[in-house]
Amino acid sequence: MNLAEIQRRMYVAVVQPLTPGEHMQPRTRDGKSMHDAAAEFIKPNDRLSSFERLEIYNRQYWFRVLGALAEDFSGLRAILGVRKFEVLCKAYLVDCPSESFTLRNLGARLESWLLDHPQWIRPRAGLALDMVRLEWAEIEAFDAAAEPAWAPRDALGTDPDPQFRLQPYVQLLKLRYPVDDLLLAVRQEHSDGAMASNAISARKRARVRKAARQKPQSVFLAVHRMDYSVYFKRLDAEAFAFLNSLRDGNSLSAAVITAFAGRDVPESKILGTVQSWFESWSTLGWFCRPQSVDAKSISS
Amino acid sequence: MRANRFNGFSDFGIGIGLRVPHYQHILSEKPVVDWFEIISENYMVDGGRPLHVLDQILEQYRVVQHGVSMYFGSPEAPDWEHLKRLKALVKRTKTPWLTDHLCWGSVDGRYTHDLLPMPYTLEAARVTAQKIREVRDFLEVPIAVENVSSYAEFHFSEMSEWEFLTEVVESADCGILLDVNNIYVSSRNHNFNPHDYVAGIPAERVAQIHIAGHSKFEKYILDTHDHPVIDPVWKLYAHALELAGPTATLLEWDDNIPSFEEVHNEALKANRFIAEMKVAS
Repeated sequence: MNLAEIQRRMYVAVVQPLTPGEHMQPRTRDGKSMHDAAAEFIKPNDRLSSFERLEIYNRQYWFRVLGALAEDFSGLRAILGVRKFEVLCKAYLVDCPSESFTLRNLGARLESWLLDHPQWIRPRAGLALDMVRLEWAEIEAFDAAAEPAWAPRDALGTDPDPQFRLQPYVQLLKLRYPVDDLLLAVRQEHSDGAMASNAISARKRARVRKAARQKPQSVFLAVHRMDYSVYFKRLDAEAFAFLNSLRDGNSLSAAVITAFAGRDVPESKILGTVQSWFESWSTLGWFCRPQSVDAKSISS
Repeated sequence: MRANRFNGFSDFGIGIGLRVPHYQHILSEKPVVDWFEIISENYMVDGGRPLHVLDQILEQYRVVQHGVSMYFGSPEAPDWEHLKRLKALVKRTKTPWLTDHLCWGSVDGRYTHDLLPMPYTLEAARVTAQKIREVRDFLEVPIAVENVSSYAEFHFSEMSEWEFLTEVVESADCGILLDVNNIYVSSRNHNFNPHDYVAGIPAERVAQIHIAGHSKFEKYILDTHDHPVIDPVWKLYAHALELAGPTATLLEWDDNIPSFEEVHNEALKANRFIAEMKVAS
């Protein structure tokens, strides 16, 4: 058996899901005895059979990847419950094994996979999908790039209708459920869990359950970063449309038209609103400095 | 400490792994530590807190990069995105040498995120050495490969693990990150004398030594990095020092991580063995 074949055989065995009792499956995916399959390439020793030695790696794999997803998607786990969440994760990882050198990207395809496999999140598919989108946005916001921030004192050049670029770490989400509140409640429960009395814990769990039963409610959310911590900021529909338009590369005037399309708002009020948005968002550092400004700084 | 071409002719002493629970203590108290080892993959990101903390650490400390996912023993070509990000980090840290494991962990671009054992064959040694050379040529930094703990052996192996390690590092002309805890763990799992291992490798290629703790189970030992170093591992460490000379040494503690002081004090126990070795020689 050559190197590639040994590794392929071991890979297939290692990523095969464990039994409900967290042991290696007695059969391979094509129905062969796993004991026989393991014995073909793994040596036994005086304490462990080939099967048992291979099983150590099989268990390590699943404990590691399931642990990583549980850490990254604690909100989804709270919605589904531990058991249902774990079953979902196993099915996801069978269909979408890691294709990245880093575990950070393990959940990158979870949302699109769930859209194709909604049976895993019924009957609360909408709520669960929103939570997955929020939790993935949080991962992206945590370590995405930050470019030099635009400040009102920065010159805008001669362009009468400039383009403003959003920081790569600013994630914009249109949600059908207030999952930001739910995720914060889940986090609060976890952080209090170790220290709280049983009575307090029960109250916290009830709060999470209550939050998870929330009715649909449109939420426009920016997931952003400040001082290296991730925050959620709710936006109104116009602000959300405006930012999305800028993110799509549109000019300031085009973004204003998009944001207020179909709304009967006086021009003077629009101007004031946009001005207050810019004050708030530039304080938060959401806009990148225009490249022309950077070039001027370098040349001077 | 022993400087050689495999550790960039550096003089690093006793270091510890940089871990998240210690960030605040290190940045606020600025303890005296000779160097930190970072897990490269944790900092191969575009921005945010990981790089912010790393930059602050780099202002005050020497840092060496240790990777967990290059998989020199997987026959497929290195992932281009991985290499580009790793090289950017190498430029940022100015690591004098870079380490990763003598293992495999991916097949056809699918990752297990584990350090899987190699079959000890000449074919595997040739494939692995070639990949180490390619990665080193791209990164332009000395590379040392680490022996892993293992729980399985293959029927197809043609040599001992230490013979395989020797074959790989001599073919690739690279260094060794000698993990004496991993040698101990594997020796118990595979019934060999760990001192034969230490004596059997080209000591002049040792760029760095790892020490760590592990967990004992009924029928095997797991490399868990969640305990202090046990005496038999310290003895192996002393043996390695006898052969390789005083070498840059790092304590790994990755789970149930105690206070910074406890981890650092455990690492500094290595100084006693270095002093004894110097007296003896």
